[in-house]
Amino acid sequence: MKREVPLIITFVAGAVMIVQFYTLPLSWLGDLFNDFFNIIVTCAYVLGAASLLIANGRKIQRQAPGWGYNAVLLLSLLATLFCGFCIFPQGGLPTDAGTPFDWIFQNVYTPMSAATYSLLAFYIASASYRAFRARSAEATILLVTAFMVMLFRIPLGELLWEQLPILHYLDIGDFIETWIIGGFNTAGQRAIMLGASVGLISVSLKILLGIERSYLGSAD
Amino acid sequence: MAVSGLDVFGLWIGAALSLCIFSFLYRDNPFYRLAEHIFVGVSAGYYMCTGYWQVLQPNLIARLQDGDWRYAIAAVLGGMLLMRLWPKYAWVGRWPLAFMVGIYAGYNIVYTMQAQVLAQVSDTIVSLWNNPDWTATLKNWIILVGVLTSLAYFYFSVEHKGVIGQAARVGVWVLMITFGATFGYTVMARVSLLVGRVMYFQDVWTHTARWLGIS
Repeated sequence: MKREVPLIITFVAGAVMIVQFYTLPLSWLGDLFNDFFNIIVTCAYVLGAASLLIANGRKIQRQAPGWGYNAVLLLSLLATLFCGFCIFPQGGLPTDAGTPFDWIFQNVYTPMSAATYSLLAFYIASASYRAFRARSAEATILLVTAFMVMLFRIPLGELLWEQLPILHYLDIGDFIETWIIGGFNTAGQRAIMLGASVGLISVSLKILLGIERSYLGSAD
Repeated sequence: MAVSGLDVFGLWIGAALSLCIFSFLYRDNPFYRLAEHIFVGVSAGYYMCTGYWQVLQPNLIARLQDGDWRYAIAAVLGGMLLMRLWPKYAWVGRWPLAFMVGIYAGYNIVYTMQAQVLAQVSDTIVSLWNNPDWTATLKNWIILVGVLTSLAYFYFSVEHKGVIGQAARVGVWVLMITFGATFGYTVMARVSLLVGRVMYFQDVWTHTARWLGIS
């Protein structure tokens, strides 16, 4: 029962989504199941937060090495939850603009999120060094394409290009846009997307038919 | 535009936390770990609150209050998911998980087929002659040959020898151009984010100066 019922649920839910797509009078069922899906996903956020509380609470209780950081994590989580659930502006929601929750989003979450992603600019530079060694014809093609896209899609690159003799008659921006991005890149992306989509459909079919069961976890 | 003390305080907090994150470039250190833990806590709280107010409140609570009891099923399934917190009853959490996986799998089969596979194939069936200008014709040839040769590279059911081998080799070149362009765009996007951060630091100074009345 612990494994059979989930397999039946998976099959029925998937079959309903397929059937409602081809049967207009049943489209309300698809909308209903989509709502259920969103509600369960949001409950998963609660599960995640509760899991964080338990895991970090245990470390603090045991005074494990670095427990101070866990305390900071819990404090920031609880402070955000308090602002997001308890501080109501007049006639609005705690998440509206101008509330303490919004202040946390604007001044803590957004700057840290952007800083974390911009850190990758430095690491991608070292990755470039490794990738940009033209050891084979394929690596050289990658190098030349990346170099052209990075340099000649910015005003400085176009300015440099205009200084080149003879070559400056070619509109480099248009060349990259039309042939590299619109031609070869489109073809490559399309092939990758087709391959990935066929793979996704095949895995989905295996899941619905109960051939792929790894999402159910261990056998207990 | 008037700048309040709270705005300036917020900008300084944001700048300090950003610098803590950037300190990782030197090496792992207490400032980075502090910022990292604050980020995790705030992110979890943020997604939980927005999830509640944007999804649970209008789609579940409001509907149950309106007497639409079909949504009680979703509430029960959501509650069952939380049973994963108790190891003895964790298996109960498989039911909502199975429901989500089933929905996602069913959705993928029909919508991915329609929106990705059929649409991409349709866009690849292009006119190879009689185009208004030669650039359109050449571009269409590049797309058709590029897609077919790249797919030949991904086709592992036959050995890459002879015609398939040659096509796969051309496919690798097309894919390398694709990866080069993607890499270039990724680098530009990350550098653009970094530029945004530097401009943020500049904003901190200008807003502080404006608040102090010295600019």
